[in-house]
Amino acid sequence: MPLLEVDNLTVEFPTRRGILKALDRVSFTIDKGEILGVVGESGAGKSLTGAAIVGLLERPGRIASGQIRLDGSRIDNLAPEPLRRIRGRRIGTIFQDPLTTLNPLYTIGRQLVETMQTHARLSDSEARRKAIGWLERVGIPAAAQRIDAYPHEFSGGQRQRVVIALALCAEPALVIADEPTTALDVSIQAQIITLLKDLTRDHGTSVMLVTHDMGVIAETADRVAVMYAGRIAEIGPVADVVRRPAHPYTDGLMASIPSLEHRVDRLRQIDGAMPRLDAMPDGCRFHPRCPRAFARCTEQQPELMAAGATQAACWLHAVS
Amino acid sequence: MFDSDFAYSFRKSPVAVASAIIALILVVAAVFAPWIAPHDPMDVASLSLLDSFKPPVGMPDADWSNVLGTDNQGRDVLSAIMYGMRISLLVGFLSVLFAIVVGIAFGLLAGYAGGITDTILMRIADVQLTFPSILTALLVDGVITAALPRTMRDALQIYVIIFAIGISLWPNFARTVRGSTLVERNKDYVMAARVIGVPSWRIMLSHVLPNVIGPVMVIGTLGLGLAIIAEATLSFLGVGLPPTAPSLGTLIRFGDDFLFSGQWWVTVFPGLTLILMVLAINLLGDWLRDALNPRLR
Amino acid sequence: MTQHHRHTLEAVAVSHRFDVSRPWLQRIFNRESKRFLRAVDNVSFEIPTGTTFALVGESGCGKSTIARLAVGLYEPSDGDILFEDQPLSSARAQPALRRRMNMIFQDPYASLNPRWRVSDIVAEPIRAFRLATRPNEVQARVGSLLAQVGLTMRDGEKYPHEFSGGQRQRISIARALASEPDFLVCDEPTSALDVSVQAQILNLMRDLQQRLGLTYLFISHNLAVVRHMADRLGVMYLGRIVEQGPAETIFRTPLHPYTRLLLDAIPDLEQVGRSRTPVGGEIPSPIAPPPGCAFHPRCPLANDRCRTEKPAHTTTGDVQVACHAVQEGRDA
Repeated sequence: MPLLEVDNLTVEFPTRRGILKALDRVSFTIDKGEILGVVGESGAGKSLTGAAIVGLLERPGRIASGQIRLDGSRIDNLAPEPLRRIRGRRIGTIFQDPLTTLNPLYTIGRQLVETMQTHARLSDSEARRKAIGWLERVGIPAAAQRIDAYPHEFSGGQRQRVVIALALCAEPALVIADEPTTALDVSIQAQIITLLKDLTRDHGTSVMLVTHDMGVIAETADRVAVMYAGRIAEIGPVADVVRRPAHPYTDGLMASIPSLEHRVDRLRQIDGAMPRLDAMPDGCRFHPRCPRAFARCTEQQPELMAAGATQAACWLHAVS
Repeated sequence: MFDSDFAYSFRKSPVAVASAIIALILVVAAVFAPWIAPHDPMDVASLSLLDSFKPPVGMPDADWSNVLGTDNQGRDVLSAIMYGMRISLLVGFLSVLFAIVVGIAFGLLAGYAGGITDTILMRIADVQLTFPSILTALLVDGVITAALPRTMRDALQIYVIIFAIGISLWPNFARTVRGSTLVERNKDYVMAARVIGVPSWRIMLSHVLPNVIGPVMVIGTLGLGLAIIAEATLSFLGVGLPPTAPSLGTLIRFGDDFLFSGQWWVTVFPGLTLILMVLAINLLGDWLRDALNPRLR
Repeated sequence: MTQHHRHTLEAVAVSHRFDVSRPWLQRIFNRESKRFLRAVDNVSFEIPTGTTFALVGESGCGKSTIARLAVGLYEPSDGDILFEDQPLSSARAQPALRRRMNMIFQDPYASLNPRWRVSDIVAEPIRAFRLATRPNEVQARVGSLLAQVGLTMRDGEKYPHEFSGGQRQRISIARALASEPDFLVCDEPTSALDVSVQAQILNLMRDLQQRLGLTYLFISHNLAVVRHMADRLGVMYLGRIVEQGPAETIFRTPLHPYTRLLLDAIPDLEQVGRSRTPVGGEIPSPIAPPPGCAFHPRCPLANDRCRTEKPAHTTTGDVQVACHAVQEGRDA
């Protein structure tokens, strides 16, 4: 049984212009110890998916239908209090801006100790010892002294290390990392990614890695879900999605990334822009920008279907 | 600015709608007073002492020609209030306008020029803000009135009051405008104008000013309430407008003498009107602040 | 253009310091001296006309300061910047020359005045330089500029908030082209955009360069983008250019340890699932840069000389590099 099952998740935002469907029947699973990358452009719904799983949807957004199951039991319909307990003990979170996670008024040691003590029975000295251990593991030098420092005394990269320690110290089964390296410089980003990868492998933690950076996913994830306009366009093993993309959107996305290896005269571009939530086209949501669209694409919305080694929501792969 | 979101947030706020309706009624009553007021309180010839101290409707001996009763000279209280609001609103509006113009000019200059200009202008504002604004207004009013020749005092009094209240309010505007200017002047659209060599004064007026005006409208609305109160206070203290042009404050002061001899209506109705007016304006200001603040939306 | 200039822009030993002292009164009380941040330290480069020179580096390396120096938004503290062989300040004093340089900014949300209509935004340089005066003439120019960047005349009636990030960057480019420039400073023009939109903007910029013979100073933190755009390349670290030369050469055989670190740190699509040992350490604060070579605390090749002596630029083939290890041949 997979650790996390997201089943036909639909998230809506009621507005005065009508109900906007920000996520439309999104389904995927994450196995134990697996890293699932979720990639897409801004507004594709990737962060929203993560927020829905941990019950942090911003109002007035709401889960309109579908189920989210962790270890087989539903977590999408929990009351705030049990949900809060799951968040932290069973699911850790890492966000782009470490300052949204760290409380500026408490030392990082206190935050680590409190997090561990709310989720496990630990004496103060034991918790502190463990906290120092976590800081060492995430690569904070002189952890025994730095544990009593406040968040502002750390650099951006180190703060993100502390956030990783905070997300992992309760030993959750799943970590949701939303653009964990976007605010960091490349050399620091490489450190953080390696750290996240090593730690989660050592603890057998599953990761949902949300990012717009296909390169980060290629290096880190086992499988990847490509999102477009609130739906999953393609999902499959990273190597297959990157090398043999089955969905024309994934294909265009890969081709539009400039390469370090060779220089081309023109990048292949996807013309136009992702449709806005209040102006979704009929049929496949990608068809107005798709170079391979045909009649069926304009009429009928495709669901995920087998396409080589991956699954793609594209009529090109329909078995006629 | 008056796009559909704005109108929507207005319709969604019952307080804002109610305040707007009250404010609108009061403003219409004031502006059109000469045409719609039942009597002309300024026309001394029409007054008769026989009509003095008629009580408002609902009390014995009342009649419908003086709905809110009359004062000691037989003046219709409702009409006096309508004419008084005219003056109160005029003084409030003009003094806030004056404060806005001064505040925007100094705030833009301080924020955009920075350095010593900023330091001097803002320290002046800081010092002034340590005094209650009514004290500043009293002081300015007193000094100017004393300096004016006696014969001109009554004729110029209204301008002196506008100036005094305006001066007492400008630091609020200047500080807000300066703060927003500091943010805006470092934005890339200002850089883009500087790259092609647009002169600083033009950048201030055409680029920065339209982007800092939003908060000014909010404190301008709230300031209007303050200015009306300030004028009423000055008039109540007897240093405000002359009796020839009675504002709400003046009416309250006159009526105050009769409060304990039973003719409460002479002072209570102008007082209630003042409260209603300032309350409506302040609630509108609060709503405007929330509506213009994207973080609260 | 009557004269042909080999170089559109030249920077000769340019430095720029920012005063980061605390306010005067606090300084007096705490007996502190003034403090300076050396954002740009002795930087020299030249941009041949019609080519793209790119500056790449991480935050705090001074690349955006150079962008602003290059269009005269800042004055260099030391050194000279020449625009077509004239000092930049005197070039900028003449509208006919000032017109020929313009800038494209990173944040498409902050670079367009939210209260202005797009047509007025694009028309601003036209009006400022009086390239057209009659309203219908201005409108015609705005229309053709919008068309050049793939927008329509009707888009001119709208306000910036009605556009997506990519479209805003197109508007920004149209405005930059409105003064009919030869030289454009592009400060991270695609960093705020999604990759598929980034491809559109990069293609557009390349097209425009070919069609109009533009010279670009291209600032970016993204090496892949730089590789796509640059003819020549400078790699910056803490205010200095540590390596510069033809982009092809540097990407093929990076010399400076920092350039190698950067190239190695970029996650690459073509290396699915690679594992590696990233270089540790943080970027030091430019207020108190390390002595000697600023990169020595993170450098795998650092020795005592690197810790004390600032390396000078030496030329190897087409490439200039500032590194003791490379000069001594310790880099193999």
